[in-house]
Amino acid sequence: MTPIIFYGLALLVVLSALGVALARNILYSGFALLGTLLGVAGLYLFIGADFLGVAQLVIYVGGILVLILFAVLLTNRIGQVKISSLSVNRLVGAVAAALLFGLLFEVMLDTPWPQIEEAAAPTTARLGDAFLGEYLLPFELASLVLLMALVGAMVIARRAAKAPANSEAEAQAIRRLE
Amino acid sequence: MSWSNIGLHHYLIISAVLLTIGLFTVATRRNVVAILMGVELMLNAASLNFVAFSHYVHGSVAGQVFSVFIIILAAAEAAIALAIVLAIFRHFRVIDVEETATLRE
Repeated sequence: MTPIIFYGLALLVVLSALGVALARNILYSGFALLGTLLGVAGLYLFIGADFLGVAQLVIYVGGILVLILFAVLLTNRIGQVKISSLSVNRLVGAVAAALLFGLLFEVMLDTPWPQIEEAAAPTTARLGDAFLGEYLLPFELASLVLLMALVGAMVIARRAAKAPANSEAEAQAIRRLE
Repeated sequence: MSWSNIGLHHYLIISAVLLTIGLFTVATRRNVVAILMGVELMLNAASLNFVAFSHYVHGSVAGQVFSVFIIILAAAEAAIALAIVLAIFRHFRVIDVEETATLRE
């Protein structure tokens, strides 16, 4: 029973990732990314990382994916189908990706991983102990990083106040750029 | 590595597939937001790798701690990257890495 769940989640993840890579319409890519993130959250829950699975759902799907969809909405004409470039870049990209996968597969098969048997246990308490014990400094620094990202994103995305042109040539150059 | 006993190798294969598909997305798509989606795929692949190793090799929650940090940093990176995308769109009127490459030789 349980291997079927795993292979179903794996299939969801891989097919959705292919949808992100190959979909012509960028909005379809966004929805395929939703499928990938849901599949990865399911894999986290399957392996026993319960807190991480729920955090993935809340933050990745509920936050980052919504942010990406907002960006798609604000920067594209949704009705128009975006034709991605079917040039030689795709073939070269696919060959390079396949080579990388072959390398990773070979390394994974040849390395003798020291595996242990461990039963799945609830991780929330252990994660709380780790975050407030051994990993306290990175935790505080991560909150600082989030604050900086918030302020920085607001500064970058706001409409810059139009400065008065110093000369006629400068004003003409600005007008030509817009 | 058997078919029915789910072990470390299964998770590593899935994470390798996700990484290569994410790399392909970053390398071939022209839309900047699509490239950002490819980066998110690669981040998820690395995070899955960490969790798999933490469960099957290390036995502690250290890999899951790192995965939480990956999620935090992905959120910060997505916010700033999308702010930059909006600024680029306001200036160039298109989101296309081929059209907005003005730093030519």
